[in-house]
Amino acid sequence: MSETAAPTGAQADVAALVPRLLRICGEDGVLTDTARRRTYESDGLTHHRAVPGVVVLPTTADQVAAVVRLCAENGVPFVPRGAGTGLSAGALPHTEGVLLVTSRMRRVIEVDVENECAVVEPGVANLDVTRAAAPYGYYYAPDPSSQQVCSVGGNVAENSGGAHCLKYGFTVNHVRGLDIVTPSGEQVSLGGKSPGAHGYDLIGAFVGSEGTLGVATRVTVGLTRSPERTVTLLSAFTSMNAGGQAVSSIISAGVLPSAVEMMDALAIEAAEKAVACDYPEGAAAVLVVELDGPAAEVDAQRAEVTRLCEEAGAFETRTATGADERARIWKGRKSAFAAVGRISPAYIVQDGVVPRTALPEVLRRITELSAASGIRVANVFHAGDGNLHPLVLFDDAEPGAGERAEEVSGAILDLCIEHGGSITGEHGVGVDKACKMPRMYGPDDLATFDLFRRALDPDGIANPDKLLPTPRLCGEQPGVRRGVHPLVESGRAEQF
Amino acid sequence: MTDLPTDAANTTAHGAADETASGAPSERERLFGDLLDDCVHCGFCLPTCPTHVLWGQEMDSPRGRIHLMEQTHTEDVLTETAVGHFDNCLGCLACVSACPSGVAYDALIEHTRHRVEAEYDRPRSERALRGAIFALFPYRNRLRLLRGPLRAYQASGVSSLVRRSGLLERVSPSLAAMERISPPLSAPPPALPELVPAAGRARARVGMLVGCVQGAFFPEVNTATARVLALEGCDVVVPRSQGCCGALSGHAGRIGESADLARDLIEVFERERVDRIVVNSAGCGSSMKHFDRTLAEAGADEAWVRRGRAMAERVVDLTEFLVDLGPRAERHPLPLHVAYHDACHLSHGQGVTRPPRALLADVPGLRVSDLPDKEVCCGSAGVYNLLKPEAAGELGDRKGRDVASTGADVLVSGNPGCSLQIAAAMDRAGSPITVTHTARVLDASLRGLTVEQLLGRGRADRPGAGGSRASGTGAEG
Repeated sequence: MSETAAPTGAQADVAALVPRLLRICGEDGVLTDTARRRTYESDGLTHHRAVPGVVVLPTTADQVAAVVRLCAENGVPFVPRGAGTGLSAGALPHTEGVLLVTSRMRRVIEVDVENECAVVEPGVANLDVTRAAAPYGYYYAPDPSSQQVCSVGGNVAENSGGAHCLKYGFTVNHVRGLDIVTPSGEQVSLGGKSPGAHGYDLIGAFVGSEGTLGVATRVTVGLTRSPERTVTLLSAFTSMNAGGQAVSSIISAGVLPSAVEMMDALAIEAAEKAVACDYPEGAAAVLVVELDGPAAEVDAQRAEVTRLCEEAGAFETRTATGADERARIWKGRKSAFAAVGRISPAYIVQDGVVPRTALPEVLRRITELSAASGIRVANVFHAGDGNLHPLVLFDDAEPGAGERAEEVSGAILDLCIEHGGSITGEHGVGVDKACKMPRMYGPDDLATFDLFRRALDPDGIANPDKLLPTPRLCGEQPGVRRGVHPLVESGRAEQF
Repeated sequence: MTDLPTDAANTTAHGAADETASGAPSERERLFGDLLDDCVHCGFCLPTCPTHVLWGQEMDSPRGRIHLMEQTHTEDVLTETAVGHFDNCLGCLACVSACPSGVAYDALIEHTRHRVEAEYDRPRSERALRGAIFALFPYRNRLRLLRGPLRAYQASGVSSLVRRSGLLERVSPSLAAMERISPPLSAPPPALPELVPAAGRARARVGMLVGCVQGAFFPEVNTATARVLALEGCDVVVPRSQGCCGALSGHAGRIGESADLARDLIEVFERERVDRIVVNSAGCGSSMKHFDRTLAEAGADEAWVRRGRAMAERVVDLTEFLVDLGPRAERHPLPLHVAYHDACHLSHGQGVTRPPRALLADVPGLRVSDLPDKEVCCGSAGVYNLLKPEAAGELGDRKGRDVASTGADVLVSGNPGCSLQIAAAMDRAGSPITVTHTARVLDASLRGLTVEQLLGRGRADRPGAGGSRASGTGAEG
């Protein structure tokens, strides 16, 4: 917990903005009361906390732009926040800054069936896009586990994925147009309704920028035609290895399921306790495989996947075709993160990626780490694309347990990197992993990121201390370049 | 508004609320802390929280309120701000259904409200309104006295004049809310006898809660309930000495009053040899299923908590009881399209969602539609529509639009307060609908009544009574 009282001098700066913020957002759009501000002190990652200097809840893009302009003119930092469900403390407030919350910008502006897209405000919940599109036979493909809560704006900032990104890709693959407010307060439109603009992929750069390049105020997303048939299979195995084997054989057989999810015994136990999902008893691992597409293709794949699971040692495979039955299978998986609260007083949700082929080895090493440290680890992951979500369980009442859990959690990330993977699959870097970035990227890479960031945000007021490591956050990193970038040195780039 | 540097104003120090007669304050406080810890801040509760739906602000969401409870708990101060946000909570418990971590928000808000009532000094006008409400609602006899004047007022046509003029809104939004939701009254049916014998061989002997508001304003729902139970082969015991279950008081944090009422009711039903106690009002049932918790919260001794638990275990909602019992009487057709509204204290408070739908769907010719956003509260929420009329009105309007979108002829709900609230909203919107209780639909089907007999002729056919007809409904309790 890193709660910090704001230095009085800097706090006064934010306080000085309040009258003007009130003029922009109105009485009910500005929160200055301490108790209220404190309810915003963290997002879904609660061990990072900071009470925002002031909270604003704009309702229009113009209000967002006016707030950001005011911040830029006064050098006051701002942090954008959607539904506050993020798991990397990407929306951790700045004690001397403005927390800009989009939760009141939640209109679905348009569902354009002919162009297969929807235009929404950033505070719209991910699932509400699908709900708006469903009557026309469409849905919005990215589906993070928190899809009924998390906002589209937050998804854009984090480039969120979800269970089905194995086949359908991440948020970046579905965003066609963005209205953004840049860190200087300028309103800019990128892309539009038609996919595939030419020139620099600015949408690609903005998606996943974690609020460091500005705030999205309107998002145009592509909609996906609801498949003719969807089948969900639930296979139970007596070991994680057998489950992992099944995943490999499915992928190498050329089947591309829309989702392949795996849960281990501990995660199953939690989900059973939370939502009574009724998974096969005695399973050490369950695999949830979803197939969708034309009926004939899905039926053929379903037979093949069932066979491959059995060959790998599945002792029970269930098939669900109806929406209710499928929802019951998914319920256990989708509630797993929060459900772990039922079996452990506290836990860390880790997010890392390994090449699929390294899965068995990494899982084995995680088990060893867990045994050696006495810290339980529940595993829930998108097995199809090697995106691990180990849940590191600990009792926060026990002295030192939190630190040991952090160590295990960090060691798991090291394992991912060691095996050629990445430190985040979809939860983002935020504050939580900013200091891990130098493990993934060399000094020149990081300096290039920084150059890009500063091109849009020269004063560093847009969600500072997130995404990229800073000396303030991580200490001086040996090897991280602090000098002039080679591109600048050679005269090919200019530092603003 | 701008108390940026400090929030020292308007706080009260932690008083003596928890030093109860049982002498175990720390025990309950510790338990409260443990319950708070269950929240992992995932935010899954946000989308179905009615106040978050309205205002989109963290401190008016369950997650934010739990944060405020934490502040209150760890720092031992009750700020005006925090109390305001606790008061904003409708207590609909949609968050309990949505929570994957099993946070007992119901227990948390009950304890918090108890503490607020015990320690917090409300402004005088608020105190007066709350005092007036609770001098009236838990007492069937006082409510019954109100029937006469209300009926005369409605029949005179002054009612629609007042409503149209908006006079009450200007004078007092709360009074206006009270006027808006007061049901169109007709002459009451005769009171139920203390024993309604089963038709044919008795399959069960059940007690029946009459409820204070239900009993006073909507006796026809009780009559229908007793008749359905009897037709399905139950001896129905209706003790005349029963009073209010204490739900309304309990939801408002008046735990002492609530526990007193619970004790009275427990004694009444303990005297009767009944298998189950059937309740037809969601708010009452939800509260009675937690009698042990209420008594414990009020500091009652272990013996009373045990008696409360024994009672709680016998309480069933009418619909879950009938589904468990299985049908025996013949269902006659009712060609009708109904929209079913989940009363929060039935769906979220008791987890009863399938039985009422199953019973309705079993009526030949009857079609049941669900509402969009069915998890979200209609704004009735006990006496919330009297305490927070503006928020309640907005929620009612939303729900009214959802009901209208189904195109149904009739709105059916297991909590009459909801039906009244939604009917009033639909009147305002100019798309009136007839509302009724699940028990009355079943009663009509079992007795072979026509749709017209069930609904009491067409709608909007009485001068000066707005459009919607409450066909046997009542507020919670």
